[in-house]
Amino acid sequence: MIKNIDFRICFSVMTILTVLVGLFQSWGIALSMLNLCLISAVMAMGVNIQWGFAGLINFGVMGFLAIGGLATVLVSVPPVHEAWSAGGIGILISGLFLAAVVISVFMINKKLSKHKYKNYFVFLIIILSIPLLKFIAGPSISKIESINAATSGFLGGANLPIIFSWFVGAILSALVAFVVGKVCLGLRSDYLAISTLLVSGIIITIVKHEEWLSRGVKNVIGLKRPVPYEVNLQESEWFINLVQFFNSSKLSNVLDPEAKISLLNQLVISSSGVFVKLCFSLIFLVVVFVILYFSEKALNSPWGRMMRAIRDNEEAARAMGKNVVKQHLFIFMLGSAIIGFAGAMLVTYDGLFTPSSYQPLRYTFLIWVMVLLGGTGNNYGAVLGGFVVWFIWIQSAPFAMVLINLFTNHLDETSYIKEHFQNSVPYFRYLMMGLGLLLVMRYRPEGLLPEKIIKN
Amino acid sequence: MDFLNSIILLTNFIIVPGITYGSQLALGAIGVTLIYGVLRFANFAYGDLMAFGTMVVILMTWYLQSKGISFGLLPTALLALPIGILLTIAVSLFFDKTVFEYYRNKKSNPVTFIVVSLGIMFVLNAVVRIIIGPNDINFMDGHKFIMKAREFKQLTGLNEGLAIKSTQVITLVTTIITCSILFYFLNKTKTGKSMRAYSNNEDLALLSGIDPKKIVLITWVIVSILATVAGTLYGLDKSFKPFTYFNNLLPIFAATIVGGIGNPLGAFYGGFLIAFSEIGLTYAYKKFFKYIMPESLEPSTLIQFISTDYKFAISFAILIVVLIFRPNGIFKGKVI
Repeated sequence: MIKNIDFRICFSVMTILTVLVGLFQSWGIALSMLNLCLISAVMAMGVNIQWGFAGLINFGVMGFLAIGGLATVLVSVPPVHEAWSAGGIGILISGLFLAAVVISVFMINKKLSKHKYKNYFVFLIIILSIPLLKFIAGPSISKIESINAATSGFLGGANLPIIFSWFVGAILSALVAFVVGKVCLGLRSDYLAISTLLVSGIIITIVKHEEWLSRGVKNVIGLKRPVPYEVNLQESEWFINLVQFFNSSKLSNVLDPEAKISLLNQLVISSSGVFVKLCFSLIFLVVVFVILYFSEKALNSPWGRMMRAIRDNEEAARAMGKNVVKQHLFIFMLGSAIIGFAGAMLVTYDGLFTPSSYQPLRYTFLIWVMVLLGGTGNNYGAVLGGFVVWFIWIQSAPFAMVLINLFTNHLDETSYIKEHFQNSVPYFRYLMMGLGLLLVMRYRPEGLLPEKIIKN
Repeated sequence: MDFLNSIILLTNFIIVPGITYGSQLALGAIGVTLIYGVLRFANFAYGDLMAFGTMVVILMTWYLQSKGISFGLLPTALLALPIGILLTIAVSLFFDKTVFEYYRNKKSNPVTFIVVSLGIMFVLNAVVRIIIGPNDINFMDGHKFIMKAREFKQLTGLNEGLAIKSTQVITLVTTIITCSILFYFLNKTKTGKSMRAYSNNEDLALLSGIDPKKIVLITWVIVSILATVAGTLYGLDKSFKPFTYFNNLLPIFAATIVGGIGNPLGAFYGGFLIAFSEIGLTYAYKKFFKYIMPESLEPSTLIQFISTDYKFAISFAILIVVLIFRPNGIFKGKVI
């Protein structure tokens, strides 16, 4: 077993693999895979900050991703003025009420921290607030949802460029992480895992069913983009010239002018999609590099050393006068903010927000596999994990297809078994993930790129 | 009369479904809690183990049906249950030998166990979906209703009907039988006592000559039986869908922790507590109050604490409340 793999070698291998996919399958597939790899890398870095730096086990990744996705809707969609005038005030009042409840709970916790019945007060407030909230918000919600229910039926957003939503998503996630962290972070590691998983379930339920907020399961489609649209590209002069320039040899082979124009048209249409994805890739690359740079800086700073000290020996760190609770809360918020950022990126890239697509297997545990496989506590490892896992995730279906065809070659084309297995090809990726995780945990528990231990 | 009507209404919509769902959760939660108590980790693969057991039962049911064998008024799945249990035990023991044993010998920390169980969760998830597909499967046959709402109305002359499905009775009876055998085993037999001793204090148990391998083996056997039974009962009552089984893991975890993790009796009560609060808090009591209140005081709203959309969220919220106020569960944990 190789003790230390250089991260440069790993990344070169991944680059070569992506290029190979581009050459053998298509550049569109390769680029969309690369984009999702980059987004996954951001998610994995967020989890790595919590788990690798601080040893906090957060199984609520899905919830924070959904909050980031929600932010894109709240920021970029144009506001629905009718809905605002119909029920905006009611929603604002109930929002204030909710804030008041949260603040009063925190105040009680702070002011009456020694009081015998403190917990009962908190409990009573929360229980009473739910029907009250329904009473305050109910009429406005039904008004809002009844306005153009088929096409809108929600409040809409702020109509700002969608790039802003990435930051808003991060901030919203951090705020939610603050509340969640206050409640859950004191728990033991396995309880923390379960309770964060459940909290993410609650978040998804809320996003799914509060239709006035983001249309719930009715989905929001046609979100804005930070990059040009294919249709506009196909009509712009400079893009056609660019395509002409890149394919000049191909075009010069065609002599008939009409055939030349139709070929050019085809090329323009196919390359516009690739170009859009390329623009996304560039933006995502910048994001990954910026986050990676700062994570590395943070990891090697005194603060990073302190975090690792807390992770490795909480009692000793406490004895040294470090405020463990505060640092845990801070790093939980930081990691969740990055996850929220990635969630907003994902929704921006997809161009649609579909709350029902958030499932723990895909959006929580897969991200965890990335971190564990890539290397816990190593930022490069997290990025690499994002790449490798997403690559396997996408390529395991064609791979499984080849295997199935190989093994069922002797069977008839219409054979039931063959057809059944061909239909279940998508699920082979779960099998690969599970086996991969089990093998890594057994034979290389520190991941592909282990944490670097710096000795002074 | 109105009073009787209101009682029947509640029985039909809260008590009967609550008992059924509660029994299913309780069986599942006891399994999770036993794994936690003896093997000392939270098994995230449990939902998929349930799905696996149910899948085997379904396949076996189909086989029996194709041979023309049925169980009379009862669902054929009950005949297929033993095969499902046997295969689930085999799978559990296989994963224990190949995966968990290594970490047990290494005395890894709980988080490693959780991560490894995630790996098994992925594998089982894939296996179930590859073999039987991700779709909804209804494998209930035999007699559907013991009492239909209409028949009940005719019988008693009341306004409200009471419908009892045969699956509900089967669930209750099976749960009672399974749990009484289990608690008898844990409390009265020597093996059961040694299991509790091992759970309570591993070192002391080893010193008194208890064979840990045997304890682990028996735990997996019991857990597999519980998982298959709970999964089959749930599938008979509602329907079988792999994704639902994964999702059911969450209320099962909630029930386990609410009852005190590692405490089977607590898990039993926890299952019912979660089930009744999920159903009771999402039920609209308007009709109920219509019966018992004078006409002038009739409610205008639905009198529903929270909408049914938030059914799952309730169990999570209960869990979080319990975790904050009584982290060891309502019934103290860690004593099988």
